[in-house]
Parts: sequence; C-alpha cells; structure tokens
Amino acid sequence: MSEHIVEKKTYFGVFGALMALLGATVVIAYIHLGKLNVIAALTIASIKAILIILYFMHVRYSSRMLWIFVGAGFFWLLILFALSFSDFLTRGWLPQPTAWE
Amino acid sequence: MPNHSTALAHQFDDIEQQHDSVSLGMWIFLSTEIMFFGGMFLGYALYRAWYSPAYAAASRHLDILLGGINTGVLLCSSLTMALAVHAAQLGARRTVVIFLIATILLGSVFLGIKGFEYYHKYEEHLIPGDHFQFEGANPKHAQLFFSFYFALTGMHALHMIIGIGLMLVMILLTLRGRFSPQYYFPIEMAGLYWHFVDIVWVFLFPLLYLVDRS
Repeated sequence: MSEHIVEKKTYFGVFGALMALLGATVVIAYIHLGKLNVIAALTIASIKAILIILYFMHVRYSSRMLWIFVGAGFFWLLILFALSFSDFLTRGWLPQPTAWE
Repeated sequence: MPNHSTALAHQFDDIEQQHDSVSLGMWIFLSTEIMFFGGMFLGYALYRAWYSPAYAAASRHLDILLGGINTGVLLCSSLTMALAVHAAQLGARRTVVIFLIATILLGSVFLGIKGFEYYHKYEEHLIPGDHFQFEGANPKHAQLFFSFYFALTGMHALHMIIGIGLMLVMILLTLRGRFSPQYYFPIEMAGLYWHFVDIVWVFLFPLLYLVDRS
C-alpha cells in the first residue's frame, strides 16, 4: 500500500486548530485594526484552508505531481486577483486628461 | 495481489497508479471549481474596494452567531468525513457508514441554519429586487452586497446538497460491499469534494459576516 494512512490523533489535532482559528477570527474582527482587520481575516482563513488541504485532503502525503496540480489551481486564482486589482485599484492614480489637445 | 482483481481497472499497472490517477483527476476538477468560485469572489472583492462603507453597513445585518455556529458545524462535518475515509482505509465498513451518516446530518444542520437565515433576510426585505429596503446611505450599494451574499452562499449551498447526495451514494456502495482496504478511492474522492466545499465556506464566513465589526 503506497497510500499513507493518517493517524486519528492528527485529524483531531487539525480539527482543534481549525476551531481555535475560527474563534480567533471572530475575536479579531471585533478589535479595531483598520485595514489590518481584513488582512488578519484572510490570513487566518488561508491558514485554515492550508490545514484542510494538507491533512484532511491528504495532499501532504501525496506525490509531487499532485502538488503541482493543486498549486496550479490556486496560482491561477492569484493571477486573476493580481491582474484585476492592478487595473481596477490604480485607475485614480494618474490625472485624466479632460480633452485631447 | 490479493483482492485487487475486482478493483483494478485494466488500463492501470497497479492499484497505486490507479490511486494517483484518480487523485489527479479529482484535483483537476477541483481546480475548475476554484475558477468557478474565484470569479464570484473577485466580483465581491472589487465592489467591496469601491463601496466599502455600504458593505460594512450591510454586513452588520448578517447574524454573526448563526454564521459562526455554521462554520463550526461545517468544520465538524469535515472531521467526520476525514474519519470516514480513515475507517474506509482500514476496511471498517460499519464505522464508515456511521461517519458518513454523521457527515450528512451535520451538512443538513448547516443547510437548515442557512435556510433560517435566508428566511430572516426575506422578512427584513433584504433580498435584492423590487421589495429591497435598506436604511442607510447607499441602498443600491448595499443591495449589491446582498446580491453577492445570495449568489455566493446559494452556490455554496447547492454544492452542499450535491455533496450530501454523493455521501448517500457512498453509503449505498459501502453497504453493498464495493470497497476494501485496497480500494476505497470513491469515498476518498467524495471526501475531497466535501473538504473543498468546506474551504469555500472558510473564506465566505469572514468575507461576508465580518466585514467591519470593530
């Protein structure tokens, strides 16, 4: 058998961490941090997602080939967000000419 | 190779190769799901950057307690799903069925709470359309927030319903003795789908419910 059987206590440990992170994200949301609030929320969500992917979804114990496939999906998401935001969020940076001379 | 003859499809050299192939295929499907939800998340994020005051006001109309409980329920269902796959790897058929039933029950609780929340939004006239009413500076912007709220949570709920259907099929196949410690891949792949839907919610909860609570 090449498939790795994850120990039960690993699953319970990951589950405990996920519930703790859920508590943390709710508590942090009520603390005023300005722009850091959304960054904290997304960072915690990403940590939770990575825990689920690595342990519940067994990616940690899978082949390097699968790592590339998993990474490709999320890398595409990164491109979508990076290119879209680099357009939409920078539109006000330069003064717009009122008319062509 | 004991017991492999019934599970091993003829195009594969051995059961390990079949397992790798099945996993790759499932992850390609999940990548298309990332793209599917990614587009909606992008739309949500762009308008949040533009209409952040209205997003913050609209988000306060969502019940943080119900949303938080639902997140916990979904995380529990991911645990029971992982334990079902674990039991399948060991060939403990009864345990597999018990954990799959637990997963279905937790998924149903999630959908029940979600339905209760939707009903509240209906009573408060927060469903986008002709009857939408919002006390705030920019009702049109708030309506857009609720459009994204219903589109994102609605698509997520549809995925949950499909997931519950998948689990019912897995229970049936387990009871018919289709799986063994060598061949349990359909349960594992159904699990990947369930965990993916959980991950979508892990991002939806802070993005929709926790916009600006401080």
